[in-house]
Amino acid sequence: MLEVHTLSKRFGGLHAVRDVTLSVPKGQIVALIGPNGAGKTTTFAMIAGFIRPDSGTITFEGHDITGLRPDRIAEAGMVRTFQITQPFAGLTVAENIRVGAFLRTPSPRDATANARAIGTTLGLAPFLDRPAASLTVAGRKRLEVARALATSPRLLLLDEVMAGLNPAEIHDIVAMIRTIRDSGVTILLIEHIMQAVAALADDVYVLAQGSLIAQGPPRAIADHPAVIEAYLGRGAAAKLAAHA
Amino acid sequence: MKWLALAILAAIPFALPSQSLVNIAMLTAFSAFLGQCWNIAGGFGGLTSFGHAVFFGTGAYTGAILQTRYGLNPWLGLPAGFLLGAAVGAGIGAASFRAGLRGSYFALVTLAFAEVFRVLSNSTDFTRGGLGINIPLNLSWQNFQFADRRATYAVVLALLVLATAAATWLTRSRFGARLAALRENEDAASALGVDLVQTKTLALALSGGLTAMAGVVYAQTYLYIDPTIAFGSERSVEMLLVAMIGGAGTVWGPLLGAVVLHLVADISRNFITTPGFAPMLYGVVLLLIIALLPQGLAGLWATLRERIRRA
Repeated sequence: MLEVHTLSKRFGGLHAVRDVTLSVPKGQIVALIGPNGAGKTTTFAMIAGFIRPDSGTITFEGHDITGLRPDRIAEAGMVRTFQITQPFAGLTVAENIRVGAFLRTPSPRDATANARAIGTTLGLAPFLDRPAASLTVAGRKRLEVARALATSPRLLLLDEVMAGLNPAEIHDIVAMIRTIRDSGVTILLIEHIMQAVAALADDVYVLAQGSLIAQGPPRAIADHPAVIEAYLGRGAAAKLAAHA
Repeated sequence: MKWLALAILAAIPFALPSQSLVNIAMLTAFSAFLGQCWNIAGGFGGLTSFGHAVFFGTGAYTGAILQTRYGLNPWLGLPAGFLLGAAVGAGIGAASFRAGLRGSYFALVTLAFAEVFRVLSNSTDFTRGGLGINIPLNLSWQNFQFADRRATYAVVLALLVLATAAATWLTRSRFGARLAALRENEDAASALGVDLVQTKTLALALSGGLTAMAGVVYAQTYLYIDPTIAFGSERSVEMLLVAMIGGAGTVWGPLLGAVVLHLVADISRNFITTPGFAPMLYGVVLLLIIALLPQGLAGLWATLRERIRRA
């Protein structure tokens, strides 16, 4: 459904993303993990049209979308959330979601009904008429997902929707992401929390210092020596093996 | 209920005995109309313009030139002014939004455009340069010149209703929702499928078109315009003051702002006749509003209502 081919981006002397190739099949949940500064968010921003790649191509449902503006990509059916939540602070929660809903209908009545229904599904019902600025961190993360879902995407890009949440909230949001996948939306997610990745992902890509170092199902990835070294430092995999 | 009360208030000037009182009402409605025009882009879309006089002047010159040079009926100035004002808005918008200008950079660019238009109109024969344009006196309603200020008031009121209807539409429509979204957060709006350049450009075009109609009415009322009257920055400042004092981004803000500003100015004029006192007073009022009521008077109203409901 989404094919990313040899994507690269430099910021001055920093090679932020180097030849990243990945593929997201329809109906799956694919995770992109890696230590801080690995280039995950930059990769995301390029896929969603916020940063123009230096080289490489991005193909969505057979169409080349490399270099398209974010709004065109959203219209094509792929939409992202932000790691640092970006609510429309002066608007109510329902109005926030409605902006997404308006992508698929010009009718204010339909958009409002859609927005309230999606907000309710994602557990935002009590807050729909409150200002978005009044939401807690967990609430804002949900709002990010609700707004994105309101655009009826076929592919959802989730950027660390669990960061900053407590275990109970993570449990809830994992269930929410599964429900979204089961409703027919393909998902590509960036995540730091390995339990969540293990519980959700069908396929995992590991990024370190801008390059992919491993790919596979979550179980295999957790034991992969290169991944352990990327997180824990050179030689860590051998030491762990010696202790075992 | 609110509508009925407003309709009655708006109708009172028709029954006033003195032309000077009607004149005050007309000027207040004129300010409210200008404020509302600015509000459509500056308030609802957060496109803070310091140079809306560029649209006002475009309209004023369009109306004046069409009738003095080409002998067209002055009423045609209204639609022609709207179209040209909208075109200027679309041009400035496309140029600055494509270049990614926002906030104070956009404000400065609009200010610069107004100055460029002022200098151009001051130096070309087509606009009769610094001499300005006199519109020959010919009082008749067919000629869009009224002996009775109540008729002018009626025209201004109709335009004010039109602009306020546009503002109301912004609070309900998809276009308005997108405009509010990009005002609050451009990246998030863009991620949700909002075409930033197109939405902002259309908002500025709508605002510019309406503002230009005010310029046409001005020319027909005072029968004389020159570059400073048309494109001077005082006009721009007045427009944004009215909207911000009343409450930018609200439907009723510019109306409140205009009424309060004119009350303050007209009452003070009766006591203090020092020249330049009114602008100074505007400045003080604006400072107080920004310091104490960032949402303007309309925001104060909303806060009070919320408190009463909670009590």
